[in-house]
Amino acid sequence: MPGESIFPTLEPLLEQVSKPIQYVGGELNSTVKDWTVGGDHTVRWALMYPDAYEVGVPNQGSMILYEVLNERPDALAERTYSVWPDMEALMRAHAVPQFTVDGHRALGDFDLFGLSFSTELGYTNMLTALDLGGIPLHAIDRDDTHPVVIAGGHAAFNPETIADFIDAAIVGDGEEAVLMVTDVVAAWKRDGMPGGRVELLLRLARTGSVYVPRFYDVSYLPDGRIQRIAPNPAYPGVPWRVAKHTVMDLDAWPYPKQPLVPLAESVHERMSVEIFRGCTRGCRFCQAGMITRPVRERSITGIGEMVQRGLAATGFEEVGLLSLSSADHTEIGEVTKGLADRYESSKVGLSLPSTRVDAFNIDLANELTRNGRRSGLTFAPEGGSERIRKVINKMVTEDDLINTVAAAYGAGWRQVKLYFMCGLPTETDEDVLQIAELAKKVIETGRKVSGRNDIRCTVSIGGFVPKAHTPFQWAPQLGAQETDERLAKLRDAIRSDRRLGSSIGFRYHDGKPGIVEGLLSRGDRRVGRVIEAVWRDGGRFDGWSEHFSYERWMECAARELAPFGIDVDWYTTRGREESEVLPWDHIDSGLDKEWLWQDWLDAIDEVEVDDCRWTPCFDCGVCPQLGTEIQVGPTGKTLLPITVVGGSPLRERTPSHA
Amino acid sequence: MQKLRVKYARRGRLRFSSTRDFGRALERALRRAEVPMAFSAGFHPHPKISYANGAPTGTASEAEYFEISVTERVDADAVRAALDAALPDGLDVLEVVEAAPGALADRLEASAWEVVFRQTALADLEAAVDAYLDAAEAPVSRMFKTGMKTFDTRSAVVTMSAAAAADPSCAILRMVVRHTTPSVRPDDILTALRAVTALAPPVPPLVTRLAQGPLHDATAGVADPLAADKAAAGS
Repeated sequence: MPGESIFPTLEPLLEQVSKPIQYVGGELNSTVKDWTVGGDHTVRWALMYPDAYEVGVPNQGSMILYEVLNERPDALAERTYSVWPDMEALMRAHAVPQFTVDGHRALGDFDLFGLSFSTELGYTNMLTALDLGGIPLHAIDRDDTHPVVIAGGHAAFNPETIADFIDAAIVGDGEEAVLMVTDVVAAWKRDGMPGGRVELLLRLARTGSVYVPRFYDVSYLPDGRIQRIAPNPAYPGVPWRVAKHTVMDLDAWPYPKQPLVPLAESVHERMSVEIFRGCTRGCRFCQAGMITRPVRERSITGIGEMVQRGLAATGFEEVGLLSLSSADHTEIGEVTKGLADRYESSKVGLSLPSTRVDAFNIDLANELTRNGRRSGLTFAPEGGSERIRKVINKMVTEDDLINTVAAAYGAGWRQVKLYFMCGLPTETDEDVLQIAELAKKVIETGRKVSGRNDIRCTVSIGGFVPKAHTPFQWAPQLGAQETDERLAKLRDAIRSDRRLGSSIGFRYHDGKPGIVEGLLSRGDRRVGRVIEAVWRDGGRFDGWSEHFSYERWMECAARELAPFGIDVDWYTTRGREESEVLPWDHIDSGLDKEWLWQDWLDAIDEVEVDDCRWTPCFDCGVCPQLGTEIQVGPTGKTLLPITVVGGSPLRERTPSHA
Repeated sequence: MQKLRVKYARRGRLRFSSTRDFGRALERALRRAEVPMAFSAGFHPHPKISYANGAPTGTASEAEYFEISVTERVDADAVRAALDAALPDGLDVLEVVEAAPGALADRLEASAWEVVFRQTALADLEAAVDAYLDAAEAPVSRMFKTGMKTFDTRSAVVTMSAAAAADPSCAILRMVVRHTTPSVRPDDILTALRAVTALAPPVPPLVTRLAQGPLHDATAGVADPLAADKAAAGS
């Protein structure tokens, strides 16, 4: 019977797998609704973060959608995660389908299967889930009994590489989008499901903001480039370009209200409050900053309420104030001071995953660690030389950086971590070797201001991957071997100085995974064959170094792409011209392609562009295109006082004597 | 400063939670329930909680114990209700008492276990129990942090019997096992049972700890380890 729990067949397998707790659900604040909670036309979503439970369960986006959908009386949403290979083998042996951890219902029983892709490296895990769920891998092979497979998340801004496997993609903010899709599905069910699956997909596509790949045809030029991507005329009403979703009032969406508290250990053991969405700093490498414009702040009042409510609902001991650059919130000083005051006595810690390099940040960090240990601070200059930082529009001078770290070491911090990228456009060995010089200056300065020799600096560096909808979408990616060679030179340069080198840690990611990520992030529909071949060959959990196989990806890509006369280099290390049709041109992120091209030219010319929060508009196109605007404070609002209770409500009552 | 002793159950699918998992859930539940926890001193203050003899991951339990310290005197029954409400279903707080003198750990001398063998005939289980009880020794080997160790399970078993279950396809094993070093876990005994009679259930048996506490030699039963605390509170 659809919707029935498969737990009885799963349970004996749990004795035989590692960390069984990840498969049993039952987390605090999780929800299991009746299969027919909304009557015959209940709309049922299975939501997946296609990675291991420990990574997926704290994911904010999935948590928000789970809650928003479950608040609807006519809908239900349950969660599913990637199962580890030991569990996959047992499930195959005992014919146990991919299941949700809430009601332990079979994935195939749901109406909709929504996947959130933060990274392209989850694609093979999607195929595992589909296959274990008994759902045909190819969208075109599915019938009315199968769930509609919808991709979201940042990677969905180029959905073409997974176009064969998904029925639809939705780009942008998910809160309102999932409700809109639920409305469409509910109406179609009430109408008696006319026209089956194709009619439902057509109704979704005609909203203008749901991309249904099967309704679009792609043609290619003889040299392999795309000639045209256009709606198939057999399906009238399908838009040429599909718009992204933008939630304008964050205070109206205070989710998650009831964050999940897993029993199992997860990668983020804290409660998170998103303090603003979007970023207009304009770092040219940053896809998140480009595709989430404009900036929309949550008010200080709204933040305070979410923290209070979330802590009461979860009992977490730490609160993270999330955003793409948290120190940029216009009221961040008041927010951090107010929250630090309020929660000082209850031992609740605050964290600000902020990456901006300036002295103000040190003040904030000091505020958040009033009584605690000042262990490490992290900054992301991203580029080693002043020149390359102009190319990427990361407006930090060397003086800024040195002054900031001096302030940090002076305030008692013992370790500074610096994040960089290797392989940025126009980069030479010299730009990267500057990182060593910078790190040495950091140590020298730190020793001077702190008067101690035991301070440390860690350089963390990985390969840059050009992404869709950024000014670097046309840029050639640096090859894996060249990346590794450059990183080796940097390592040698750091180690060559005996006096300072011993205080500098060096962490790097080799260039190989970046090439696969590059293939998947700027690929087109032809890359789908590669993903499928890798998966059929056993590819799983590509984000995990112990499971990732570069050789497998390269072998499968060579074999699958050869018939088209193209290869991995063609997708990754090849620069593109302005006239080239890009695989994601029909996905409308709001950014003007002409503006992006101009910004790319400015990058090559080392011309910087200011943050439009504080300067006039640069016409990136987002606000007029989407009818949105920047929303920043200060609002003049405050943290609303909370009632102070005198001690614990559980304290023993003194017996009253008459 | 007041010290409380708490008895809780780990039921259903939450038997797959480990003691560490429970620890995380408990600290959060204590915050939600607004229990006035006492913290350790230092850079990273931790709530003062001590866990006693947790059942292995994968086994259910009706008798797990821990102690917490609180900074102001609280009503034990109110804490029981608030903490139970704050923990996920399946982690159920059964009793909270104020600690009387004497270490709780010293009172946990033995456990009573119930093991449900699914798709197993009662006669087969009975034969296995008879063979096991007849053996002078029933050694098993298990991997420890320090390496593989072989130890006897038989001497730790105080009583063992087989019984019919309501579901005729199942058979029930009941036993009282003394807490020893190295500890003899239910799965060690199941391994030993398999070794003496080749008893091999097709699905893993369901193991539940029914009680742990002082071992009464006269009745070979397990007594309530909180009896002394309750007596002191009642006086």
